[in-house]
Order: sequence, then C-alpha cells, then structure tokens
Amino acid sequence: MIWLFEDHTIRTVMLGSALVGGISGGLGCFAYLNRQSLVGDVIAHSSLLGIVVAFLAGGTFGLPDGLSLWLLMIGAAVAGLLAALLTQFVTHRTRLPKDAALGVMLAIFFGSGLTLLRWLQRRSPPLPGVAGLDDYLFGMAAATTSRDVLITAALGLPMVILAVFAWNRLKIVTLDAGFASGLGVRVAVWEVVIQIVLVVSIVIGLQIVGVILMIALLITPAAAARQWTKHMGPMTVLAAAIGGSCAVLGAVISSLGVHLPTGPVIVLLLAAVFLASVLFAPRRGLLTFGSDA
Amino acid sequence: MTAAIRTSQLTVAYASKPVLWDVNLEIPDRTITGILGPNGAGKTTLFKAILGVVKPLEGHVTVSAKHAARRDSIAYVPQRATIDWDFPTTVFDLVLMGTYGRLKWFQRPGSAERDLTAEALERVGMQQYGGRQINELSGGQQQRVFLARAFVQQASVYLMDEPFAGIDVSTERAIFDILTEQREVGKTIVMVHHDLSTVPTYFDHVVLLNRQLVASGPTASTFTSENVQSAFGDAVRMLGGQSS
Repeated sequence: MIWLFEDHTIRTVMLGSALVGGISGGLGCFAYLNRQSLVGDVIAHSSLLGIVVAFLAGGTFGLPDGLSLWLLMIGAAVAGLLAALLTQFVTHRTRLPKDAALGVMLAIFFGSGLTLLRWLQRRSPPLPGVAGLDDYLFGMAAATTSRDVLITAALGLPMVILAVFAWNRLKIVTLDAGFASGLGVRVAVWEVVIQIVLVVSIVIGLQIVGVILMIALLITPAAAARQWTKHMGPMTVLAAAIGGSCAVLGAVISSLGVHLPTGPVIVLLLAAVFLASVLFAPRRGLLTFGSDA
Repeated sequence: MTAAIRTSQLTVAYASKPVLWDVNLEIPDRTITGILGPNGAGKTTLFKAILGVVKPLEGHVTVSAKHAARRDSIAYVPQRATIDWDFPTTVFDLVLMGTYGRLKWFQRPGSAERDLTAEALERVGMQQYGGRQINELSGGQQQRVFLARAFVQQASVYLMDEPFAGIDVSTERAIFDILTEQREVGKTIVMVHHDLSTVPTYFDHVVLLNRQLVASGPTASTFTSENVQSAFGDAVRMLGGQSS
C-alpha cells in the first residue's frame, strides 16, 4: 500500500478527496439540521447549468486554463444560489408548496444544463476540453490536479474557519430562529451565511463527486454521524471524518480500477457507513436496545 | 399604565394573504397578558412581528425604551411542536443558549455563563437533567427548560406561545407561580393561551385577536362573553383558513 502514497497523482487525488469529503461532510451537518437536504440537491443539480455556461463563456473569450477552472466554480455557485433563491421567491409569492417549487426549479435548471451540455458536445469543431465536462455529472477524481486541490482549499477552508468561529450563531439560528431573534441575533444575516456555506460545500465537491450525487456527500455523513452522538460538535467532526475517509477510499478505488465514475463509488461507501450506523449505533440503532437519544 | 409593547396599524401577510390586519394594541408593562383567539387568528404571527422575524406589510411594533435598552431583552418561548427536539444538544446547552445574545458572534460562553445556567436549571427544578438529550424530556420538563433559558437570558419581556398546551395541571401551576414572581420583579409576560376557563385567574390583561383586533384591555372589563363570541364566533367560518 505504501506505493499509493508515493505516487504523486494518487497523492493529489487522495488529498483533494479528503478535503472535499471532510469539508462537505462536516458542513453538511448544517444542511441536515436546517432541513435543507432537498435544497442542497437542487443547488447541486442546478449548478450544472452554471458550469456549462461558464465553460462556454471561458471558451468564447479564450481564458487560460487556470482561470477557467475558477470560472466554472463561480458559474456553479451562481446557478446553484439562483435556483435556491428562486425557490424561496416562488414559495413566498405563490401558493406553490416548497417541495413542488424545489422540483420545478431542479427540472428547469438541470434540464437546461443537460440540454446545453449535449448541444456543446455535438458542436463541431469541438471546443477544447469539452469532453471533460461530462465528468461533472458523476465525478472523476482521477482528473484532480494540484491546482484543483488548491482551489478546493481556498474556497472550503474559509467556510470551515467561519463555521468554527460563528458556531454558536449558526447553531442557534438553526435550532430556533424566533428565540435567536429575541436575543438580538440578526437572523436574516446568519441565514444568508448558512446558505453561502451550503453552496460552497456543494460546489467544491462537484468535480470529484458530480452534480447528480453530490447531495449524498453532503447529507449522508451527517445522517450517519447523528446516530452516534447527542452533541452537535462531535456530530460535525464525525461527519467530516466519515465524509473524508469515504471520499478518499472511493477516489482511490475509482482511480485505480477501470475508471469507474467516482461519485457512485463514494456514495456506495457512504451508504454502507450509514446503514451500519442506523442499525448498530448505541441507543438509536434499530438493532440496539435502550431509550431513544 | 405604561406600555411595554405597542403595535400601530400592524398588518402582516404571507403570500399576499393578510394574517394580521390593522392591529393597534398596547401590552402594559409589568402584567401577565393573555393573547386569545381561534386557530389561524395570527397570534404566533403577532409574536414573530414583535421579534422582527416577519416584516410587517404596514405599521410597526414599538418596544418601550426600558425593554429596548438591551438588545436581548425579549425571551421567546416557542410552541413546543415547532422545535426540532431531535436536534443534537443537551438540556444544559439549550439553557446556555440564553447567554448567546450577550456574547459576540465569535465568543464562547465561559464559566460565568455556565454558572448562570446551572443556577437557572436549579430554579426550575431541572438541575439533574442537564446532561440529557432534549428529546428525552416530557412536555412539562421541556417547558421548564425554556423558562430556565429565559432566566439565563435575563430578559424583561417573555413571549410564550401556548406554554401550557399538553402539560399536566401541577406543572402548569408551578410554572404559573414562577411567572407571577417574575411579574412582581418587573417583568412583562405575554402568553398565547387556549384554556378560556383559566383566563380570569391568570391574566391581568387580555388581547382578543382574530386577524383583526377584537378587544384589548383589563381582563375584568374585556374578557366578556360578547367579546369572546365575536373573536371565536368567526372561527367557524375561518376554519378552512391556514393556521398562523
């Protein structure tokens, strides 16, 4: 196994996956506890449209590779955020229930993203790098470069630091917004912060996990970790550990094997951890006895 | 009598459907005030407007200078059903949250805050439950914990949304006694309440609400059968409406 760590490519892939899995898995706890799993899924799917549009823009203006990667991330974040905001707008202004609004938004953004993607791929002459866009559907860890790792860290680590410092604010706004308001906490501001944390946690994982399954990396570690602890801090650390280790393992398996897409492999590993947690966790597990905690 | 909270022409709407319509009312300082009205009358929305969680379409809420001096002066006790009791936190941590308003956003509670929390838990008789997960409590215990959180907050106004729903009579009496003591030391308590039979015993002041203000004033002169009739009589027609 030692050779794994000596191979530069594999080391980069592992480092990138560890970062993405740890950050998205840990910060996913806020999405889980805010009941925003579906919102997260809509953001992830919708970001495809942003990726494709950003790619098109980058290709048209002939941006250098380094810049275009940032551009893709920004495109993904903007499209994801837009879908989330539009959902909120529709829910407030119409009688449409929230789940229907989410479904409609996902269909519109993901549908147009896919259409645009296929159109781009059939175009001739093909834009350079267009084949790589497919990887954003199901993820491709093997393609991770040191620059990707750097971008992931540059985007993700500030969110982690923010979450650590603003921990109490984020926690109280999540649990009881009305009470937080009575404390003088600016709930609206912190809700925007939570939304930004959510979007960044999703966007950084798109290259490795893909838009379709990204929600699993966001929510499954949190759901599994919740079974083992009754404190939010340990839950977040455990979720980060689960997300990180499953992402690394999944990335290595997919990179070494027959080049399976990485997303599905990671999701299968996460599912196994989740299943074990739901079945065997002390007190809460289905196969364990004791009071519900 | 001075007003702790005053609303003028307060109108709140969800999805352009008015929930509160042109409500002018005063909640006098140092009283226990009951907010009465049928389901969907806008009682919870009134609280949310006072807290600033929902923005009024028109009108405004004024909190008296005495209570607005500190930004964390309003303790909100939500309806128990609206809280995610499976949230990963313990009783002690939940009560400790009452101190968060005094701390900067990046600060952690220290030993002074922890001492206050332990004291508050003792006051409501919940000291031995500090380490419990919040979903391991009975309804009455949950209500005591909320009260302890309000103590720790050192709030001067308590907004309590149906604190007595689904709890036993002895706990209700115990909590009510604590609230009476709080009024004596200068606090203002505002409570959404459903059991009309206890209204004359509990409240100094009542507000009858059904989207519009029906009546507001001292219990003896305001809690009359005509007023109750006109607040709740409409409920029969309103039953199809959405709850607030």
